[in-house]
Amino acid sequence: MDGKYNFTILKSTQFFINTTCLNPIFLSSSREKKRRRIEDLTEKMAVDGGHRDSGCDWDGRWNHVRKFLERPGPFTHPDFEPSTESLQFLLETCKILVIGAGGLGCELLKNLALSGFRLIHVVDMDTIDVSNLNRQFLFRPKDVGRPKAEVAADFINSRIPGCKVVPYPFHFKKIQDFDESFYRQFHIIVCGLDSIIARRWMNGMLISLLSYEDGVLDPSSIIPLIDGGTEGFKGNARVILPGMTACIDCTLELYPPQINFPMCTIASMPRLPEHCIEYARILQWPKEKPFGDTSLDGDNPEHIQWVFDRAQERAAEFNITGVTYRLTQGVVKRIIPAVASTNAVIAAACATEVFKIATSAYIPLNNYLVFNDVDGLYTYTFEAERKRITLPDREYCVYMFSRQMKSPAITTTLEGKNKTLYLQSVKSIEERTRPNLCKTLKELGLSDGQELAVADVTTPQTVLFKLNFTA
Amino acid sequence: MYKNNGENLCRKCESEFFTPASFWRICFSGSQDASTDVNHLKETMAATKASKEQKYDRQLRLWGDHGQETLENAHVCLINATATGTEILKNLVLPGIGAFTIVDGHTVSGEDVGNNFFLSNNSIGKNRAQAATELLQELNSDVSGNFVEESPDKLLDNDPEFFHRFTIVIGVQLPESTCLRLGSVLWSASVPFLVCKTYGLIGYMRLAVQEHTVIESHPDNALEDLRLDQPFGEFKNHIQSYDLDSMDKKDHSHTPWIIIVAKYLEKWLSEHNGQPPKNYKDKEAFRQLIREGILKNENGVPEDEENFEEAIKNVNTALNPTKVPSAVEDLFNSEQCKNITSQTPDFWVMLRAVKEFVHNEGNGSLPVRGTIPDMIADSQKFINLQNVYREKAMQDAVAVLKHVECLLQSVGKPPESISEKDIKLFCKNASFLRVVRCRSLTEEYSVDSVNKDEITSCMDSPDSEMVFYLMLRAVDRFYQQHSRYPGVYNYQVEEDISKLKLCVNGLLQEYSLNVNIKDDYIHEFCRYGAAEPHTVAAFLGGSAAQEAIKIISHQFVPFSNTFIYNAMSQTSATLQL
Repeated sequence: MDGKYNFTILKSTQFFINTTCLNPIFLSSSREKKRRRIEDLTEKMAVDGGHRDSGCDWDGRWNHVRKFLERPGPFTHPDFEPSTESLQFLLETCKILVIGAGGLGCELLKNLALSGFRLIHVVDMDTIDVSNLNRQFLFRPKDVGRPKAEVAADFINSRIPGCKVVPYPFHFKKIQDFDESFYRQFHIIVCGLDSIIARRWMNGMLISLLSYEDGVLDPSSIIPLIDGGTEGFKGNARVILPGMTACIDCTLELYPPQINFPMCTIASMPRLPEHCIEYARILQWPKEKPFGDTSLDGDNPEHIQWVFDRAQERAAEFNITGVTYRLTQGVVKRIIPAVASTNAVIAAACATEVFKIATSAYIPLNNYLVFNDVDGLYTYTFEAERKRITLPDREYCVYMFSRQMKSPAITTTLEGKNKTLYLQSVKSIEERTRPNLCKTLKELGLSDGQELAVADVTTPQTVLFKLNFTA
Repeated sequence: MYKNNGENLCRKCESEFFTPASFWRICFSGSQDASTDVNHLKETMAATKASKEQKYDRQLRLWGDHGQETLENAHVCLINATATGTEILKNLVLPGIGAFTIVDGHTVSGEDVGNNFFLSNNSIGKNRAQAATELLQELNSDVSGNFVEESPDKLLDNDPEFFHRFTIVIGVQLPESTCLRLGSVLWSASVPFLVCKTYGLIGYMRLAVQEHTVIESHPDNALEDLRLDQPFGEFKNHIQSYDLDSMDKKDHSHTPWIIIVAKYLEKWLSEHNGQPPKNYKDKEAFRQLIREGILKNENGVPEDEENFEEAIKNVNTALNPTKVPSAVEDLFNSEQCKNITSQTPDFWVMLRAVKEFVHNEGNGSLPVRGTIPDMIADSQKFINLQNVYREKAMQDAVAVLKHVECLLQSVGKPPESISEKDIKLFCKNASFLRVVRCRSLTEEYSVDSVNKDEITSCMDSPDSEMVFYLMLRAVDRFYQQHSRYPGVYNYQVEEDISKLKLCVNGLLQEYSLNVNIKDDYIHEFCRYGAAEPHTVAAFLGGSAAQEAIKIISHQFVPFSNTFIYNAMSQTSATLQL
């Protein structure tokens, strides 16, 4: 990338980062609210105890980090002031949430812990699978079946003295099971997820935490979100300042479209081995119920074997070649190839950004980094643009309610009663409300000014639509 | 190449497969009790074999079983187990390289443990190679971890051939003198050398490999090889077997777009003196011609024929002329391809055979690749078309195989010494063959052969990543003069700025480089004080490991030859030095 491009990035970044400095030492008076929040947190930590203990440190331990915190430099953030207190802020106060303890999560925990962060919480609802071991380096064969968050936290805490990683694996909680007050306690949130829906939900949650006074965003309500993603040899890392920079929903078009085969191809004219596998999975399995009423489990080798055998039969019938066990598993589980190296690169970039934001040592990435090392080593850094529309109260991301919901549930109030117009996730309600889909607004009994509440898995917020009949 | 058979792991130290009678010690990590180790290993080996496919599943989908096999046969040498070094090895141990050997004469310091996940605070004072080997080995029981408690300089003094045994040598945080010495030893032994350095927020990598050939480069957006502009005999016959005008509606709308384009191209050529559509206007007219072929219902309204839509959409791809890519043409003309001897590597023998195929049976084209993209069609029509391409690809591969056999015989080698499977793979990838050649470190560093053009043209923009390369060179110079790095202690930062500036100017003068380096960069590098922040080390750890995997597996394309990562702006650049 040429120097000219970098320069524009630096200039435009300075504009907004000035207001989002997290370090309480550097907070100006206009950010009183945030200071209070951080002080509260600091007190809470003191009560929790243990974190102020630096006794586990040894001579030279933080030398690598200190040089960036205690020395002035020509390229630091304009708000940066060298100080020995910055390290204490990292060690004792700054609280980070890591979402996902998988390929990126394991790397993130290590990177953060070795950069001076100690108060790290980690959420992951998954358990460890053998196929994780080629990259999720905090797990060993003996850990297979155990909760990822717990094993990862234990490993980090035992390897890195003084580190207090708190896992949330219990009841295999999803991010959706935590409320606003849970998320509000963190200074920065880092995501290492493989699901776009979960990312969008998290993004929506952080946007819902923003507070506006007279239409002006209160910077202290911003929790920066650092998001990483990988697939094979490709990855991306990005910094999102909710309400200020492009968010997940602003850039949905950057995600590759999911490949789905048309039903008619699968049912009547297969051409690829994948089509045969999908036939066995989608059509034969529910019909033949080979293992009774159980649904197909991609982790059950017997299930995969059954699909593989059926797919082979179908492929033979159409002279299609290339159905293998590995491909069958890949299609059924929608496996995304993954290697240690790409995860390492992306998690490293993300952790660097966490460090920059937490310490103001440098201006953070503005705001999107793409990485690909299939042919040479390629990175591309650019500023993803916000997409928004302005409503009377404030600006919203255009995607948040204009499109790309996954399975929206629509409810309204009719004659004083809550009425579900459509809901996909519960089978019985779906069947009952499906006829509503082809009705007109009038037939549904909706009138001008009526409010519709739309909820979706992609956001924690319910979006209210007000019907405005024009003709 | 040494291959770990598991049993070796339990024999302690002083191994047989390393040069004997040497004064340095090579040790295997692991427990002291050899018998428990053997039993434990036998149990786990059986289990690992069964679960290996599962364990490596996510990467096998990228480089295949054959790629994995090359990894498992590889022996990687790491010099210096700093944070950058252990992060690189971690990303090689996890995917299951056969063996690694760490060479490191340093003693673990408190600072080392601070940024390194594979050193613990109770290893302070111990040898760093040993301490890191223990914690890295623990990551993957398939991997054999070894260490040498010696500095690379001592090894170079006493037995430079020590380094010849490795698949690749990765040197981390090396002083310039060691790097150049080791570089020339490895260069003459044709051992790939990957130099890595994390310096503050800057990452640096340099690959020194004389010649690296890649058959499977796995390009992201490869053009299809459809031969619509010069259909081969069987394809022509296949096209003739279709008559779009006499088809029923169902068949018409399930005819593969390749056939549709071929049919209308025939028509076009007959109406345009055999000239295919060339410019935008022609192509638009050609698209219109196809569009007119869409069936109409009784009211004259065009039916919804998705296959025709696909054909129209793919006109550009379809009309792409079949030719040997210029990169492959260049390889045909290289010395290695021209002079085949009994020493010539298989790659070049196969390339020569493909070249002969192109000039003979191929009529100027590479062997047919034999794959077609998925498209709207019924099963029968699609499979038949696919088979036309597949069979032609097989025939072409057989023709290439004949050339290979002749070539091998002509240099006195058994004709079957290159397998049919390898030849087929080669033919399938003929358009994507790559050869990476790096300049040697000696060439880069010599005043006579330094790439001044690259440096000065990059430095036209003073904030180009090139400035970090020059700064790193200046820092090396500082180290040579002062036996320490600038700004290591706080009190040194200010005074070292002017000293480092002298080094910068000295460097520019020595190479007569008329470029300007801003003082800010000199200040910033003194500020770094040789810090190796973990996240920058980890970034390099990921990238360097993948480059090593590319070198080992001969899949995907390594960078050439210098890579700079700037963590301040999250940008990077690849430079030719």
